[in-house]
Amino acid sequence: MSTVPHSSTWNNSHPSHTVVVVTLSSDSRPIIGRGPPLGAGLFFLGLVSVVVMVLDHRGGYLDTARVWMSAAANPIYVVVQTPYQFWSWLTGSFADRSHLRTANEKLTEELRVARTKLLRFDSLTEENRRLREIREASKGVSERTLIAEIINVSVQPFRHMVVINKGVDDGVFRGQPVLDAFGVVGQVVQVGKSTATLMLITDAEHAVPVQVNRNGIRSIAVGTGEDAKLSLPYMTVESDVKRGDLLVSSGLDQIFPAGYPVATVTKVERSANDTFALVEARPLAQLDRDREVLLLWADKPQVPAPEDAVAAPKPATEAVKQ
Amino acid sequence: MSVSDGRISRLRVTATVIVALILAVLPLPRWIDIARPYLLLLLVIYWSLSAPRIAGLMFAWLCGLAIDLLKGTTLGQHALAFLLVSYFTHKFQLRIRIFPLSQQTLTVLFLVFIYEALVWYTDGVLGHPVTTWARWIPVLSSALLWPVVVGILDTWNRRSR
Repeated sequence: MSTVPHSSTWNNSHPSHTVVVVTLSSDSRPIIGRGPPLGAGLFFLGLVSVVVMVLDHRGGYLDTARVWMSAAANPIYVVVQTPYQFWSWLTGSFADRSHLRTANEKLTEELRVARTKLLRFDSLTEENRRLREIREASKGVSERTLIAEIINVSVQPFRHMVVINKGVDDGVFRGQPVLDAFGVVGQVVQVGKSTATLMLITDAEHAVPVQVNRNGIRSIAVGTGEDAKLSLPYMTVESDVKRGDLLVSSGLDQIFPAGYPVATVTKVERSANDTFALVEARPLAQLDRDREVLLLWADKPQVPAPEDAVAAPKPATEAVKQ
Repeated sequence: MSVSDGRISRLRVTATVIVALILAVLPLPRWIDIARPYLLLLLVIYWSLSAPRIAGLMFAWLCGLAIDLLKGTTLGQHALAFLLVSYFTHKFQLRIRIFPLSQQTLTVLFLVFIYEALVWYTDGVLGHPVTTWARWIPVLSSALLWPVVVGILDTWNRRSR
């Protein structure tokens, strides 16, 4: 193959040099016999592909298989990752002193502020618990978290997905909520042995049931496929939402626990002719800058959701299936 | 030049595949990421032409499955597309091999186009259509990369066989 062009270009310079013509004859495809015919192979493997696709797409029957195969794929991630880790280690260990000092001061300051807030938080938690006890809904807010690092690999260019360095071995499960220090990041859509794939809330297939923090109006924040933009397509023209409103997760999808900040409303446009207002929001989580994210194991609300509530978060569960 | 023997080792094929897999997930700036050529697909075409006994349909299928796994797509999606490209390559192998490079590049353009079209179609069937025109850029960039791949691998095969 491709030997003709070589020989022709070579021929231009050295007309006598025609030996370059490589004939890979001994390894060409046999014309008669040897192995199954091509068409049969195509048919068989094509059928296998389709079956695999259906099994994987509908209900994820191949999750276990994926876990083990991803363990085989892990070395590749490691190889890709090593130069970056080495670089960050290098810059980290040779950071100059003044830089470290300013960073230290800043962190101390932040810690002090956070401590002060925590003081209040403790009393609020206590108060919350008492109030819940009074209401006999003693469901606590016991949650477990784990920090995961985002692996710097490129997956699909038109999807908003990232790979993290925690997997089944760490107890990660499909549909697990993921946060960062500022808000909801997304959810786990695929789990491998020691890696997992997250779908960010900005992905075009993702949806989070949210609630306007100010007045509790419920809606769904759908990803747009653009960075830093969510859209709320189901806000009626009359609904009381305005620019700057904080949207928190409403917990109706039973994936994201209630009360976590998701986004702030950036744009509300109402036109009298339409039923729905055009509402856009900006995610609070630093989706493009995060290096680390927080995996969350939240207690599932045990109260069975009423039928109409199940209907609302459907897009989110769809997103899990993808 | 003792090339008449024409045996390409499995090791060599595997090595190139691993390199291609690494390059497939290497993080790149967004504008290159969109145009990232399908190096593994080019390798599958190349090896199907030059070492068809090693790089059969099963080889192509496994390469596609590896891409599915690394890219987090539905398992079997890229495997099917790789399989189809490999089938056409094997089918017209004797003809494609003697094409001049320009014509070969056009053929590869066509093969990659079939690949992308099938992935595009299955994307739609699986319910996450990506209809932006930018998804067709890799088809062009892959075809443009073909002469380079051929140049490098031919030289390598000729030198150390």
